[in-house]
Amino acid sequence: MRNDESLTGAGRRAREEAAAARITDVNDRRHPKESGAPIARRAMLSMLGAGFAALAAAPLVQDGWERLASSDPTGLLPGSGGFRYFSVAGSVPERTAADYRLEIGGLVARPVTYTLAELRAMPQTRVVGDVTCTDGWRVPRTPFTGVSLTHLLEVAGVRPEGRALRFTCFDGVYTESLTLEQARRSDVVVALDMQDKPLTHERGGPVRLYVAPMYFYKSAKWLSGISVTDQVVPGYWEEYGYDVDGWLDERGA
Amino acid sequence: MTSTAGSTSAAPDRLRRFTRPERLVHRATATLMLVCVGTAAFLYVGPLAQLVGRRHLLVVVHEWSGILLPAPFLLGLAARSFRADLRRINRLAPYDREWLRAVRRGTPGPRPAGKFNAGQKIWAGWIAGAVPVMMFTGLLMWFTGLLPWISRAGAIFVHDLTALAIGVVVLGHIRLAWRDPGARLGMRTGWVTWGWARRNHPRWAEEERG
Repeated sequence: MRNDESLTGAGRRAREEAAAARITDVNDRRHPKESGAPIARRAMLSMLGAGFAALAAAPLVQDGWERLASSDPTGLLPGSGGFRYFSVAGSVPERTAADYRLEIGGLVARPVTYTLAELRAMPQTRVVGDVTCTDGWRVPRTPFTGVSLTHLLEVAGVRPEGRALRFTCFDGVYTESLTLEQARRSDVVVALDMQDKPLTHERGGPVRLYVAPMYFYKSAKWLSGISVTDQVVPGYWEEYGYDVDGWLDERGA
Repeated sequence: MTSTAGSTSAAPDRLRRFTRPERLVHRATATLMLVCVGTAAFLYVGPLAQLVGRRHLLVVVHEWSGILLPAPFLLGLAARSFRADLRRINRLAPYDREWLRAVRRGTPGPRPAGKFNAGQKIWAGWIAGAVPVMMFTGLLMWFTGLLPWISRAGAIFVHDLTALAIGVVVLGHIRLAWRDPGARLGMRTGWVTWGWARRNHPRWAEEERG
């Protein structure tokens, strides 16, 4: 090390260097031999960057990803297509043609209870729509076949003070709601078939609701009761903050 | 740290690896992570979801275990020993490159490492980045419409993909611990044997011997 301290100002420089050396010394004592590149911080920032880049790119890459993921046999990849099983109840009893009943009551002129065979004997409507869950999965262009809700309401005769519908389910927990206006749309159906096959228990069979223009939580599985009410009674998830009107086309994206 | 190595140790054949606050941070984080990943599996994997149902309960437990996940780390920052180890786990030492090369080539035998090897450094940094990504996208799903310019579908997409990555990496972490009783002893009791330290963290063992 050279010591040129004959010049003016050199003394100050030397003091600064000494101070710098002391700081280095402190650092060295903190992590001897480990004062290299901050690799953990870089890994962290890279991951954060990747996450936010993916968030920004998601709308652009999602379709391509779903095409890619649809060949995933495990169905574990997000967007791999197909339905996912959601239930808010601990366990759900199975109902068959023998013991299934759909009760229609509340503010109607003619309360009625249907068996599965009676529902099958009524005029059938086929609605094809996208299934979109709030939890990110969707199944495009899915056909549902069953009795249109309008038809069931006409048969039961809605009393003038009726404003909305409350749906109950034989899982004993789930409930849903629609206004009468929403319920009378042509793309709302009390479905018995999905993808042209009888609804299975896992998919909400033997009878579920399908409300094509709304998020899938509006399409109650295991439907067992329809009650006409004088105002909208928020359904299960709606009590926990979900939109009472679950329109698909009002999505942020 | 000279000349007194071992004199503070209750058992002379052992070497202090983690202090009590560090082990508490690890245990609490591990518990929260297992609850969070476990509930995630029951929400996401079809057969498991059919087994337990009860979606709302699972959602609440998942949300809160996720939100609390960084809490042990933040509380741990109050401990000097934890901060000191964070500084060490952050920095790449020259011999870490050698460790990484050896792992890439699958060379057997002892690899050079300080108190933390290069893999542990990358793992620590990666998970520290992945957890905030999960919290951010998770909060967007929890409070819909919080940031309307980010699509809900996009947030879920990133949350699901990152979740799968975390699942794989955490399983790898557990597998490595499973195969190494010496390392588990260190995290459980705070002490490791000199033999284990010399085999797995030779530079650290040297340094501690003084």
